[in-house]
Amino acid sequence: MSNVLELIDLVTQFSTKKGMVPAVRGVNLSVKRGKTLVILGESGSGKSVTLRSILRITPPGAKILGSILFNEEEILTKSNNEIQALRGNRIAMIFQDSLSAFDPLYKVGKQIEETIISHQKVTRKQAKELVIDLFRKVGIPSPEERVKVYPHEMSGGMRQRAVISMALACKPEVLLADEPTTALDVTIQAQILKLFKQIQTEFGMSIVLVTHDIGVAAEMADDIAVMYAGKIVEYGEAKQILFSPEHPYTKGLIAATPKKGQKGELITIPGQPPLITNMPKGCAFADRCSDAISSCHSENPELKEVKPKQHAACFLVRQKKEMITI
Amino acid sequence: MENILEGVNISKSFPIKGFLGKTKGTVSAVHDVSFSLKEQATLGIVGESGCGKSTLARLIMRLIQTDEGKVNYRGENILNLTGSKLQDVRKKIQMVFQNPYSSINPKLSIIDNVAFSLWENGVPKEEARKKALYYLDAVGLPKSYALRFPSSLSGGQRQRVAIARALVLEPEIVIADEAVSALDKSVQAQVLKLFQELKKEFSLSLIFISHDLNVVEYMSDEVMVMYLGKVVEKGPAVQIYSNPHHPYTQALFNSIPSMEVGESTLNNSPINGELPSPMNPPSGCRFRTRCPLVTEKCAGDLPPNVEISPGHTAACVLYERVGNEKVLS
Ligand SMILES: Nc1ncnc2c1ncn2[C@@H]1O[C@H](COP(=O)(O)OP(=O)(O)OP(=O)(O)O)[C@@H](O)[C@H]1O
Ligand SMILES: Nc1ncnc2c1ncn2[C@@H]1O[C@H](COP(=O)(O)OP(=O)(O)OP(=O)(O)O)[C@@H](O)[C@H]1O
Ligand SMILES: [Mg+2]
Ligand SMILES: [Mg+2]
Repeated sequence: MSNVLELIDLVTQFSTKKGMVPAVRGVNLSVKRGKTLVILGESGSGKSVTLRSILRITPPGAKILGSILFNEEEILTKSNNEIQALRGNRIAMIFQDSLSAFDPLYKVGKQIEETIISHQKVTRKQAKELVIDLFRKVGIPSPEERVKVYPHEMSGGMRQRAVISMALACKPEVLLADEPTTALDVTIQAQILKLFKQIQTEFGMSIVLVTHDIGVAAEMADDIAVMYAGKIVEYGEAKQILFSPEHPYTKGLIAATPKKGQKGELITIPGQPPLITNMPKGCAFADRCSDAISSCHSENPELKEVKPKQHAACFLVRQKKEMITI
Repeated sequence: MENILEGVNISKSFPIKGFLGKTKGTVSAVHDVSFSLKEQATLGIVGESGCGKSTLARLIMRLIQTDEGKVNYRGENILNLTGSKLQDVRKKIQMVFQNPYSSINPKLSIIDNVAFSLWENGVPKEEARKKALYYLDAVGLPKSYALRFPSSLSGGQRQRVAIARALVLEPEIVIADEAVSALDKSVQAQVLKLFQELKKEFSLSLIFISHDLNVVEYMSDEVMVMYLGKVVEKGPAVQIYSNPHHPYTQALFNSIPSMEVGESTLNNSPINGELPSPMNPPSGCRFRTRCPLVTEKCAGDLPPNVEISPGHTAACVLYERVGNEKVLS
């Protein structure tokens, strides 16, 4: 039982004027117990929708298909009440738009207290103390005072830390963190990432972390999945993905990252990703790929092992490999 | 090159309300900050979360009232302007807000969100929409997104709407507050290139606030480092990055995550301890409570602003007595 969470052929469709459109198009992922899976990928590729689908936080009319196993138990068929009980308790999520997570009309501390009380058997006084303690852990200065302020009175980064403290309040088994540190400076980011690791070793928490920061991925990831146009295009051990990426999209993404002391022009990937309302028949990246061959435009490459502990969905990579083995 | 924008000794405190709305104290969010932005240049602002970067931006935009100081646009203090003169300047300075979720109108389609400010300025509907489409395309949002509503966009897509909206008025100055942080690196590179092009072709000047220190290095001509409401170091980007002097700047650069797996930088920062409360900032140098090189003098007077090399200054007593470096204040 090493996987705490498993997504099998996950498809999430939104209902739009043009009918049902898939934002997630068959994602397979496993989250190992006590480990960190980082999801990198194109903006709009379905990273947030994948995380939201796990906790069924989708707009009305959306459809989630496939299978989601939590501790080997199917949760996609569970009732909304049962999912509600998992949410924030055994599986917690830090949303990408967490800066608007708090109700502007209530004090921040109060709102976190309510979350704790709704999931744990504690008195209000205990909950209050817990919040102050959490604020201290995430590095909010003078926590006794800060629990009493309204959301707009906190800086972006401070609100973000309050959100993180709320997610950690119930010591979840799985933390789904959607760009949790993008609003933070590097020293506080380091502090938060350390806290994640500490909770991970203490309680065996598993983390799914969405980030655009390759540095954060290198720091945190055991495994990395790269998403493009609703699919995983590359998956494997962190080191492999970052240092010998095989999929042309992963390669482009890493090349586009400004390095320390970067001079000259930044490298971009020409063209734009396809629209989810109008997905091509073959590989979704083919139109932007300089090496695409004819089968790339007609068939969809599946995610296959290309090296030990590294999978890529690309015909070219496999073709290269076959040429070498011949 | 001339300064298009200057901040002179800007300060701002927020009252903190306690029980029954009584003022309990104040947060010193920005304290005695001065800067200058040269025409067609980029000024990068970095610093600890909560150090006052967004507040400074909002003060420049006149979204909140300054307590003290001046903001000079082409030599004229805009803090005293009213009426149509103020409107004129407002058009020339645009801001991309840190939080794209709250700055976009959820009831307007994407294209109308971008075209809106043009209509407000009397541009006919169709022409405004055409221009909006142009800028949406430039930030990498295809035409077919134009009629969608913000709620159906991903985080990075929304951030690009916010950028297009700031650019559509073709301002002379853009203040970009964490404007590219939600973008994947490939789209980010595209937007950064767009900013560079606009700088060259339309003489755009930029104030670029970001926690991504590599991006700031890449974009900036000058860099200003802030800590707890104050500027601790300032100067040409090349100088600041190759030769950081202030202990806070040094600590910040040490914490940049390395891109190597297995090379953790999480424990690199020599700064420990709790962030002091901005309600009660430390006397003397505000960084002294966490500074690894703190001396007895630091608690006393304000640290001197020492010129390290032409245009490069650090506010720290450590450099006061070093031979050929001269103390500015
Ligand atoms: N409610 C919705 N209705 C229709 N389409 C939607 C809806 N929500 C999201 N989408 C679309 O689904 C796709 C995936 O969105 P998602 O938010 O998962 O992207 P992401 O990978 O998290 O991107 P980012 O890095 O920009 O946050 C996007 O193309 C987006 O426009
Ligand atoms: N309206 C307000 N009322 C009270 N305090 C405020 C208000 N706005 C900002 N502050 C406080 O002022 C300080 C500076 O906030 P600001 O948002 O400028 O920081 P920042 O440098 O932009 O941080 P971040 O990197 O986290 O966005 C913080 O301590 C914040 O809590
Ligand atoms: Mg997202
Ligand atoms: Mg800010």
